[in-house]
Amino acid sequence: MRLNRTELILLGVALLLAAGGLIAPQWLVFLLTMALAKSMVVQGVVMQMRAGLVTFGQGLYFCVGGYAVGMSGHFLDISDLALLLVIGVGAAVLLAMLLGLLMTRYREIFFAMLSLAFSMILYGVLVKSSALGSTDGFNVKAWSLFGWSPAQGQAPLALFIIIVGVCAVLAVLLHRYSRSSAGMMCEAIRENEVRVEYLGQSPRWVLYMNYVAAAAVSALGGGFMALSAGHIDPEMAYWITSGEFVFIALLGGTAHVAAPFIAAIVFAVVRTYAIELVPHSWQMILGFTLLAIIVFLPKGLWSLFTGQARRAKA
Amino acid sequence: MHNYKKTMIKHPLALAIAATGLALSLTTSVQAAENGKFRIGIVTFLSGPAAGPFGEPSANAAKVLVEGLNQGKLPAPYNTIGINGAEIEVVIIDEAGGAAKQVEEFRNLVQRQKVDAVVGYISSGDCLAIAPVAEELGAMTVFYDCGTSQLFNEDKSPQFVFRTSLDAAVDNIGAARYLAKVRPDAQKVAGIQQNYAWGQDSWNDFTHSMEQLMPKAKVVESQMPKVFQGQYGAEISALSVKRPDIIHSSFWGGDMEALVLQANARGLLEDATAVLTCGESAIDRYKDQAPNGMIIGGRGPFGAFAPDNELNRWFKGSYQAAYKTDPTYPASKMAQAILGLKHAAENAKVEAGKVPAPLEIAKAFKGATFESVSGQVQMARAGGHQAMQGIAYGEYQYDAANKKGGVHNVIAFNGECVTPPDGTTALEWIKAGFPGAQCN
Amino acid sequence: MSLFAVLIDGTIYASWLFLVAAGLTVIYGVMRILNMAHGSFYAIGAYTAASLVGWYFNNGIGPVWAGYLLMLGCALVAGLIVGLIIERGLLRFMYGRDEVLMVIITYALLLVLEDSMKMVWGVNPYFAYQPYAEMGRSALAGLKVSNYDLMLVGVSVVLGLCLWLWLERTHQGKVLRAVIHDREVAMAMGVNVRRMFTLVFVLGTMLGTLAGALTAPAISVVPGMGVEIIVLAFAVVVVGGMGSIEGAAVGALLVGLSRAAAVHYAPEFELFVIYGVMALVLAVRPQGLFGRVLARKI
Repeated sequence: MRLNRTELILLGVALLLAAGGLIAPQWLVFLLTMALAKSMVVQGVVMQMRAGLVTFGQGLYFCVGGYAVGMSGHFLDISDLALLLVIGVGAAVLLAMLLGLLMTRYREIFFAMLSLAFSMILYGVLVKSSALGSTDGFNVKAWSLFGWSPAQGQAPLALFIIIVGVCAVLAVLLHRYSRSSAGMMCEAIRENEVRVEYLGQSPRWVLYMNYVAAAAVSALGGGFMALSAGHIDPEMAYWITSGEFVFIALLGGTAHVAAPFIAAIVFAVVRTYAIELVPHSWQMILGFTLLAIIVFLPKGLWSLFTGQARRAKA
Repeated sequence: MHNYKKTMIKHPLALAIAATGLALSLTTSVQAAENGKFRIGIVTFLSGPAAGPFGEPSANAAKVLVEGLNQGKLPAPYNTIGINGAEIEVVIIDEAGGAAKQVEEFRNLVQRQKVDAVVGYISSGDCLAIAPVAEELGAMTVFYDCGTSQLFNEDKSPQFVFRTSLDAAVDNIGAARYLAKVRPDAQKVAGIQQNYAWGQDSWNDFTHSMEQLMPKAKVVESQMPKVFQGQYGAEISALSVKRPDIIHSSFWGGDMEALVLQANARGLLEDATAVLTCGESAIDRYKDQAPNGMIIGGRGPFGAFAPDNELNRWFKGSYQAAYKTDPTYPASKMAQAILGLKHAAENAKVEAGKVPAPLEIAKAFKGATFESVSGQVQMARAGGHQAMQGIAYGEYQYDAANKKGGVHNVIAFNGECVTPPDGTTALEWIKAGFPGAQCN
Repeated sequence: MSLFAVLIDGTIYASWLFLVAAGLTVIYGVMRILNMAHGSFYAIGAYTAASLVGWYFNNGIGPVWAGYLLMLGCALVAGLIVGLIIERGLLRFMYGRDEVLMVIITYALLLVLEDSMKMVWGVNPYFAYQPYAEMGRSALAGLKVSNYDLMLVGVSVVLGLCLWLWLERTHQGKVLRAVIHDREVAMAMGVNVRRMFTLVFVLGTMLGTLAGALTAPAISVVPGMGVEIIVLAFAVVVVGGMGSIEGAAVGALLVGLSRAAAVHYAPEFELFVIYGVMALVLAVRPQGLFGRVLARKI
């Protein structure tokens, strides 16, 4: 398997980041861990945006991934990180295979609203369930990996390195996916679905497969979020959480697989400093930032790197 | 289609530069509390529906108290400057955004802003998420408002986490006891709660307490509308249809005010007596829109139920002077948490003027008894980490001449009567009939 | 007895839903913008009304009926001003962009407006109850109902009829329907679509603020109230079909009655009712009840 230039660079940056984690302050490591976990969910959103669908309900799979991890630890006493994540992804894939049958019949605003509806239904179910703590949620137990447990106080750093590794592999895979025939088909569907049909492909089943894949990626993010924050609650499925993912997706743009990672980190940094410096109006700062990006950098932050910004304004 | 290959050459360099630049800029950020001051991180709701009724009074109380302490204006035994002689500085952040974000911000407070103690948290979800992180980081943490009975269930031997507010079960055990005294003949009980953990737990605790204390009363209706719904037309109709004698509600904030307004306008509160466990927080806002005789609580001896001691007189006076209104129960609770922290820090056997380490403060806080605006507080539960106090309920009364709301017919129950002991969950204690309770 | 209560409660709730959703559906129908900031307009209307009405009644300034006029008037003025500023100052430059991008722009607007409201009005709840309480109550077959709620039903019926008449019977309305049906052809026929957009957006904003102002006396106005109603309004609009006033009315009735039925007979399902109805309607009729099936353009 030959890695092309981009993939090598992605892996290189990941190595740098992991090494940086060893010397960076702990709060930064934690911030980056959570940002990377979120960025995986955003990858799921971007995968669907490339196909022309905006989802306001990706929180559904984010939540499924997180709760699968939390519940497996709580009720089944599983603490192996790899196994927990596999369970999370598996649960999300099963759910996506079911829901995808309905969702792929819709486009545009109806798709967005239906995805929102389903994530809110999950929210409602979780809120009603007092066994799962309702809106308080519950804490996620400590993890181990193939029998190895991180030393006291080292868990956040260990998780950071693991998540950087997983993100690197994911980035390479998604990069290949977006340049594969399946990924190209998604973009073709976004441009003109009718033409794709006339060319003999079924947009519905391409979108279905894309939907399920995006769900799996998002559930992975949800699982990591549960492990790093140590706590899960139904708010993961609330529509505002999903809106945040869309926000980050737009911030980064859909052009390159690295964009969601960068956007998620920028978002986390901007937000935490906004909260510290202007605790009473940090939402407004976020709103203005988003507006500025949309007005001046419609293709997202990524266009800064490609020089497309100037071209887009023309 | 773009030729990706050409443009990508520019990317990696820019990427690497950006990433490194970001990392460097952040590692050299705010260096803190090595400046000899006692830095407290205050976390409460500054945005969203909980800001008005809870977050803002709490933040205001913190400011009043810290200012007073730094000038040494408090009455004894708190008349020393600051905390243990060190000036207090406050970092206040917003509790909004959910538990995962609050965990991140807590770590930022402790590791980036290097606070010496964290005081805060209204939402039970946040408290549950923060507790293990506080233990992990060894950060002195005082929860001042959250009520979840689950807080000390997971970690049975906490070191750094303390709660100076009461377990929420106390609210509803107290409400049931009050009803048993003032309305012993009530036959039909209904309830309306917000449909989330707080409302569900409150109703559970209340109905089980009623089963023990007023076995003849039957539950005829339970409504659980969505949080922040604001409009309760259908729920009020559903309640009226069942003709209850008592209506219990753990509503708070805007929902509570809307409920009272709408229910009163439709006559529901004339036919039934409402019991609002958080009612005191809006005592100066109901005016004549709440019926006289509506039963309200303050989640303990806070706000209008606070005793008339020197500390409370100073607190009420300063708060009035700064904010033109009496402090409600969230404000009293924040004051209590800060006073408890000061008490523990000054009893930590550290020389005057120095900021004690979290472990030292924690050792002094454990099992402590200290004076507060609400009277005496004993850290007598959860192995010395959970405060135990009594609770009072009273009937709302509107003084039209002076345009002021107040409470009368107040009955107080002492801590031993309404607080579940260690070793059993609140619900189990209630279901067993409150074994070991010593009531007056 | 309960059935009657369900009917009354359902109708009252439906009238409120219609008031909230009407502006949203009009804006979407014409401009194809799913305006997330509609919740903020609702909140602005509520805050404006609550603060002005509260001031008016607490200081006993004038007669009661003038208070009502003040409430309506200030809401309409607030809607006019806010709508003009946003449309002329921001949205005007964004037309023609991707539909989804427009939604995100309105989401950013929502964030900005939420904190702006906090800066203007603070975080304390506004409790301007006098118009609600003054009207008293009536007894309808054993159920005591607030007259204010009944008045709201009347107002929303009148408003719905006016909107419908305007769309169906006036020239302006026909032009608007043409734009809803096919924007490009309307432009080709010489319709000044840009001016129409300004008109419609301001109208939609004013409907939003009006809904907020009318609701304010019955509730306690708190920060974040705008966010809560967005999903409700969206659901009603999607169920009814975007751009259709009849659709919004029928959708509101459907959701209102189902919810009232759930509250009375099966309170455990109350949380899911609205999403269940939406999913059901969309499964059967993907464009909403009164939505027009748009021909796919190649």
